[in-house]
Amino acid sequence: MRRVQDQLSSAGIHLVLLAWTLLALFPLTLIVINSFKTRKAIFGDPLGLPTGKALTLSGYESVMTNSDFPMFFSNSLIVTSVSLFLILLFGAMAAHAVSEYEFRGNSIISLYLIVGIMVPIRLGTVALLNLIVDLGLANTLTALILVYTAQGLPIAIFIFSEFLRSVSREIKDSARIDGLSEYRIFFEVVIPLVRPVIATVAVFSMIPIWNDLWFPLILSPGEETRTVTLGVQQFIGQYSVKWGSVLAALSVAILPVLIMYVIFSRQLIRGITSGAVKG
Amino acid sequence: MATLELRGVEKFFGTTQVIHDMNLSVADGELVVFVGPSGCGKSTLLRMIAGLETLSSGEIHIDGRRVDYQPPSRRGIAMVFQSYALYPHKDVRGNLGFSLKHDKVEKSEIDRRVNIAADILGLQDLMSRKPRELSGGQRQRVAIGRAIVREPKVFLFDEPLSNLDAALRVHMRVEILKLHQRLQNTMVYVTHDQVEAMTLADRIVVFRAGRVEQTGTPLELYRTPANRFVAGFIGSPAMNFLNITCKHGTVLLAERSVCQSTHPDGEATLGVRPEHLQVDESGPFSGEVSVFEHLGGEAFVHLTLSDGQELVARLDGEHRFKPGDTCTLGIAAEKCHVFNQAGLRVDR
Repeated sequence: MRRVQDQLSSAGIHLVLLAWTLLALFPLTLIVINSFKTRKAIFGDPLGLPTGKALTLSGYESVMTNSDFPMFFSNSLIVTSVSLFLILLFGAMAAHAVSEYEFRGNSIISLYLIVGIMVPIRLGTVALLNLIVDLGLANTLTALILVYTAQGLPIAIFIFSEFLRSVSREIKDSARIDGLSEYRIFFEVVIPLVRPVIATVAVFSMIPIWNDLWFPLILSPGEETRTVTLGVQQFIGQYSVKWGSVLAALSVAILPVLIMYVIFSRQLIRGITSGAVKG
Repeated sequence: MATLELRGVEKFFGTTQVIHDMNLSVADGELVVFVGPSGCGKSTLLRMIAGLETLSSGEIHIDGRRVDYQPPSRRGIAMVFQSYALYPHKDVRGNLGFSLKHDKVEKSEIDRRVNIAADILGLQDLMSRKPRELSGGQRQRVAIGRAIVREPKVFLFDEPLSNLDAALRVHMRVEILKLHQRLQNTMVYVTHDQVEAMTLADRIVVFRAGRVEQTGTPLELYRTPANRFVAGFIGSPAMNFLNITCKHGTVLLAERSVCQSTHPDGEATLGVRPEHLQVDESGPFSGEVSVFEHLGGEAFVHLTLSDGQELVARLDGEHRFKPGDTCTLGIAAEKCHVFNQAGLRVDR
């Protein structure tokens, strides 16, 4: 009797999860399917599979050859990976400082570092734009990198400091007795211990940066510095929209996030659950 | 091989003083155990010797050299922690050699020292395992091995056996004792377990609230505890304390004479160890048995004396009592300890 109940509840849980998965995958699938279809087929039968006459690779062709898409793609990659690196490095270092060392004003500084979570960075867009222009950084990738690093740091510091507090004090003391400098303790002892957290923070920080349209549009809309999300707009003309190309570009743009997630997913799950389940 | 000396060491956390004017010297090759209840400052003092806590005042000398302003790695110490504190991402060999590799010791020398430590501790078969694949006892052996490879002047142990289960604790205690006999190093060992202190120590330092209550060999502390605190802390099961009155140099318990004492007339405390009590029909301790615990070779009898005070005695396993029985116990006069109202020992 017990077993039947267990199986039923397990089936119920899976049913809900399955429904959720379908719901989440539906728009993605729609984008990918339609990116392989002709314009006529996209509007004639949006849910149909790209078979027979409907199948075409012209969208991908125009994206890869007749546009600056490869450049947009590399811009996005540069902005995202550099911002991500800076967020992880500074986030972990700041979190280590406030969680490991006792100094005057420690709690005020940690509060200051994470209070940014509550303030939407977009509210400061005008001030940021002025600042970036004054610095002569308008239309550069550097502008985006700086803004994204600032945007990502609060949540990164918040997550890191929660986990760094749980790193055994004795391990760090032991490293001190072994003669490691505080920097080496951080890089050689603490960082390897919180690898799953790094993966978690990396994925959480990367997605909003990769997907952002707002700041590229405002801070660096120039031809040379467009990111993928902004670049896709060029297929959306005033009089006609090249839907095949838009969808193809979006499909390609999903790839890096997907790859990143596949690499980190195992560590990611450990990072999310390790706080809840001791051991 | 080195001596360790503390001179006027004090420590404040904010305005709270946790170590009071500590003066202590540890001889070359001596194993000194710091023992005391939790929060008595013994671990803090050990961390100060290691260099993990700063001194508020005073000096620490190791091997005649002042070290209290030096970083931990320059003091010539190695420390074994309660939680083992192994690097989880390195295998046993990596853990053992880590500090040497960092010190830029030559590879062949690292291998030599790591292998010696592994031999001493029986770790040869485990060298490529990660800490999470080891049992508690094995982890603690690796932690000790990590201290050995540093070839320190002074070993510091911070409650190294507290995380182990009872059987393993006894085993590792013997291992540490063997290690000390083999290496003949100066060692400072912190524990709250008086059995560990008694079995391991050349000399025990009993702490309470940041002060030393008494220093001496295990037997000195057992035979002539300086005060009621040390008397109650050393020895297992703990010493019985009974309220008594002294009259004309005689200790009286409910009008019956127990022993002689130089304590002036008035109230005092009598300390008797459970193992020194014997069944004796003419003895001074008479009462009703409340609990009788039989352990095979020995038995514990819990008495409620006629004046309501409680007393525990360890008897030979031949004795049998039932709750409600009357039992009368005696003790040799020289085994009695008398403490005055301030808790200090009074000579006979």
